[in-house]
Amino acid sequence: MNQHVLPPIRPEYDRALAPYVEAPVARALPFATRLWQQGWLRKGLILAALALGWEAAAAWQYNDLLLPGFRATLSALAEGLISGELLERMRISLQVLAQGYLIGVLLAFGLTTLAVSTQTGRDLLSTLTAMFNPLPAIALLPLALLWFGLGAASLIFVLVHSVLWPVALNTYAGFQGVPETLRMAGRNYGLRGLPYVWQILIPAALPAILSGLKIGWAFAWRTLIAAELVFGAASGKGGLGWYIFQNRNELYTDRVFAGLLLVIAIGLVVENLIFATLERLTVRRWGMVR
Amino acid sequence: MTLVAAREALAVNRAADAPPGSAARTGRSAAPPVAMGQTAPLLQIAGVSLEYRTPERVVRATHRIDLDIYAADRFVLLGPSGCGKSTLLKAVAGFHEPVEGEIRLDGGVVRGPGPDRIVVFQEFDQLPPWKTVLQNVAFPLRAAGLAGRREAEARARHFIDKVGLSRFADSYPHQLSGGMKQRVAIARALATQPKVLLMDEPFAALDALTRRKMQEELLSLWEEVRFTLLFVTHSIEEALVVGSRVALLSPHPGRVRGEVNCHDFTLGDIGSRAFQAAVQRLHGRLFEASPEPETPSAPR
Repeated sequence: MNQHVLPPIRPEYDRALAPYVEAPVARALPFATRLWQQGWLRKGLILAALALGWEAAAAWQYNDLLLPGFRATLSALAEGLISGELLERMRISLQVLAQGYLIGVLLAFGLTTLAVSTQTGRDLLSTLTAMFNPLPAIALLPLALLWFGLGAASLIFVLVHSVLWPVALNTYAGFQGVPETLRMAGRNYGLRGLPYVWQILIPAALPAILSGLKIGWAFAWRTLIAAELVFGAASGKGGLGWYIFQNRNELYTDRVFAGLLLVIAIGLVVENLIFATLERLTVRRWGMVR
Repeated sequence: MTLVAAREALAVNRAADAPPGSAARTGRSAAPPVAMGQTAPLLQIAGVSLEYRTPERVVRATHRIDLDIYAADRFVLLGPSGCGKSTLLKAVAGFHEPVEGEIRLDGGVVRGPGPDRIVVFQEFDQLPPWKTVLQNVAFPLRAAGLAGRREAEARARHFIDKVGLSRFADSYPHQLSGGMKQRVAIARALATQPKVLLMDEPFAALDALTRRKMQEELLSLWEEVRFTLLFVTHSIEEALVVGSRVALLSPHPGRVRGEVNCHDFTLGDIGSRAFQAAVQRLHGRLFEASPEPETPSAPR
């Protein structure tokens, strides 16, 4: 039977260890491995592969009207940038975007502050987001045109609509996720009301708020370009969407692609430079996200 | 041992299970605490009943608790889980409103949380992760408007030095170990110079070696600063080592079974026979099957 088996009693030992000299304790990784750890390199390779595939497909199609190649698009883009037309279009788009985004974010913060402090505010926020969040912003555009006429005001209206709900929803979820101990610590310091929201809730919910801002930004950018495509320009001044629409009508397909490329590029820059920097300086540094 | 020499005379009361309110209490106020020399208790918990609400029912956490805590006391609430000791501590902090009775601090009735009663929680996430150690310790001073920027920083540095974390003043909480985070929380509490320091099982989430070290450090800080401490624990050994007086709470609902003096035990006494006997005695009183008729002290 098992219970009668006893482990052998072995002699103890104690040995003096000589310093370890056989090999260095820490070794550098091989150069290729270190290179492959660079995110920009990996992503750059993916982009290069996509551009190559695009160029190959265009060469196979051989119809500049339907699918201009990567190089043709780049030259149209360079042309547009040098002539200043694309820059002007970009400026108009970004200006409208900034206004709409800012108003939307401010409204979202107002709404969520109300929601964390009162029951009515909570009910209001959950009802409104449930109603309006699934509603596409573009669907409001005809109404906006009726109310605000052709012009920036209508665009700003739909932008606010597209930013407000996702940002409010994320911010509120972030506030609710703040640990109870941290809340008690804040109240223990005698904080209440707005200082409490500002000094405890907002920093503690920053990961969720940042992701809400990112989603809001993507929604806003998307909505803006789409809205410009639908109703175009006011008083001869249109943004990037209008540029794309106009050039499609005139069958300058390479410029259409150049406009789309710029839309993508701006999206990438905002995501990878602005938001990534913001995250690195805040939530990553504080160890709140990895 | 030496630090409580003034109270040595009271050691007699510790052995005998003196009912609270009579010999022990009068004897205690006769031997004045070192810092103040006042006779009125600093913190009075008078007939406090606490209830909390679940979706289905209202649960009574503590029933008519009477406790007096004097300046520079290291007062421990000891009891099994469910005796409402943490709830009572949070009520003192102002997070719960008593349904009857009142809590008086320095004569004034406690209403709502405030920086004169800083809490050290068990959880490590009590430190805002977006502030460095230095900013964390200075934060309550700034938030409560107790000190200007420069004074807050100077005071914070002083107490960070006291808990031995000067090298980590500019680190963020996520870069610290659990024990270091609790040290920051203690430094933060002391820097605010509260009337009462409240600790809710502050070392329960630490490993045994770190816990022992933290208890040691807490005691030497007390020797130096002589703060008033209200300490919650479920460990009998910790209660006897950290406390100068221990209140025993019985569960469901929490009521005071008795108070015990233990100011003459230090960390060095843990192995001693007297210490083990005290542990055994408290263990017996906490885990008796049914309360004996003469012991409950809380009026029904």
